[in-house]
Amino acid sequence: MDAGRNNPPVTDDLHTQPMEIQMGPSHPSTHGTVKITLKLDGERILDSEVEVGYLHRGFEKECESGEYYQAIPYTDRLNYASPMINNVGYCLAAEKLFGITAPPRAQYLRTIACELSRMSDHFTCIGAAALELAALTPFLYCVQAREQIYDLHESLCGARVTTNYVRIGGLQSDLQPGFAELCRDKVAAALKLFGDVDELLTKNPIFRERMERTGTLPADTLIAYGVTGPLLRAAGVGFDVRRAEPYLVYDRLDFDVPVGSSGDNYDRYLVRFAELRQSARIIEQALRDLPDGPVDVDDPRFRWPAKGKVFNRMEELIDQFKLVTEGMRPPAGEVYQAVEGANGELGFYLVSNGTGKPWKCRCRAPSFSNTQALRDMIQGALLADVIPTFDMVNMIGGECDR
Amino acid sequence: MSDGEPTPSTAAVAEPPVLTRLRERFPDAIVATHAYRGDATAEIAPATLLDVCTFLRDDPVLAFDLLADVTAVDYIGTTPRFELVYHLRSIAQGHRVRVKTRVPEESPRIASLTSVWRGANWLERETYDMYGILFDGHPDLRRIYLYEEFQGHPLRKDYPKEKRQPLVTARDVAPEQAERTEAREQQRYGRWPE
Repeated sequence: MDAGRNNPPVTDDLHTQPMEIQMGPSHPSTHGTVKITLKLDGERILDSEVEVGYLHRGFEKECESGEYYQAIPYTDRLNYASPMINNVGYCLAAEKLFGITAPPRAQYLRTIACELSRMSDHFTCIGAAALELAALTPFLYCVQAREQIYDLHESLCGARVTTNYVRIGGLQSDLQPGFAELCRDKVAAALKLFGDVDELLTKNPIFRERMERTGTLPADTLIAYGVTGPLLRAAGVGFDVRRAEPYLVYDRLDFDVPVGSSGDNYDRYLVRFAELRQSARIIEQALRDLPDGPVDVDDPRFRWPAKGKVFNRMEELIDQFKLVTEGMRPPAGEVYQAVEGANGELGFYLVSNGTGKPWKCRCRAPSFSNTQALRDMIQGALLADVIPTFDMVNMIGGECDR
Repeated sequence: MSDGEPTPSTAAVAEPPVLTRLRERFPDAIVATHAYRGDATAEIAPATLLDVCTFLRDDPVLAFDLLADVTAVDYIGTTPRFELVYHLRSIAQGHRVRVKTRVPEESPRIASLTSVWRGANWLERETYDMYGILFDGHPDLRRIYLYEEFQGHPLRKDYPKEKRQPLVTARDVAPEQAERTEAREQQRYGRWPE
């Protein structure tokens, strides 16, 4: 038979070529604005390129052009799922630069605020992960649990998401009456909701099938990429800034650092889950030990005077005037302060030249380094594995792109 | 500052062991050290960066396995103008160090650390994007946050915050991709009437 037009020669291999597809920047299954260009052989990922920067808004440039205290609202927007931790991280760095320490009551309240934020971040991460693996109900429960935390944010500072709660040398305000009871109730309610999520997800065969043995990287590769936080702890490395370099009052509180073993997405999920319970433990202890006293450092160069006094007294009016016009002037120098963010080590590097504005204000964002490792995590995996892996990396655009 | 607080120049505290060990190994490379507010800092000669960092990673006592951060600071008006700042953390040993080095404005070049820590890749791309520092030996030195056509480097101090960028026209799509798209649209919606 002739090998004519209708009878093409038979070859051993079907002619194939890798297909390039773009996932994102706005994709329904990724909770974050990121573009992943995938090179696929069937469903197998041959190579990928992760592109970030869609949410870049010049955080550092803005901070350098304002006074030290004016950067605090920008830090809310870094990781909008856990704004309090960013507030605290920045203010601790500034306090280290100024050489002041907030009073004990403020330290305890900051610890509570940080752990509430960590809970809301993990709720967001787990809820969104469930949603993107097509389980809608756990997402609704997680959002409802997060609302409990936002109620507490509201009681602390009046805002629910962009908190702007922490001040250099103290806090925006002391507690509302009845906060401790409210906090216990809301945290208990959130944990109860989370018990439901636990029952829906942890032993769910579909969920486990998607999460187990996907996105795995060995611990030394993760460290080489600068990955920290739950991702690194899931791979068995118990590095937690709260334990390794205690700040605030973490050295006085009893809590565990949960670690995983295999480092797959399921372990990352379990580590976040266990951290939620530890956060609740920390909050309970901090509420129990909460001392009385002022929440602002007793130094007019840093303490914002009460409004009533500004309007009626000369001294406080002068203090306020000087704070606004001159700002807070640190000595020349440089500091780096790391705190444990919800996704890893969150660091602030401040350089002062002795004026009221930071010469350099750098944020070391955990999401940035974590997202960098995504390419290696999905190399050779199936297309469907991108979703749970990206969910557990939990890239937060605001912090990754700054 | 509050009384009794040591100022950076007169801090009479013991030198952190990390710096002592580094100084023993590289007596000539160290330009200056300080431990302001307890942060061990070593300023080194730029040509020695790769050797110093490889030693910092591989030395069993130091074991700096985590490159936490890379950034630059623009000290405009001084020479050399740019200072590169590396923050390192040892997970095994539990200590930190900050390594700094200066590069001049005329040739802002420095060795890339991607061969020492893989995580340096994006961090160096960001530093290039924001400050225009060139990293020799970097496998993929492109802008990371901003687009290719962006003019200037925004975190340099001589870049005004209010500066506007020229509008960028749409980039050309690869010809074969444009053809594919057109064919698909014709199939889907029919040819547009002339």
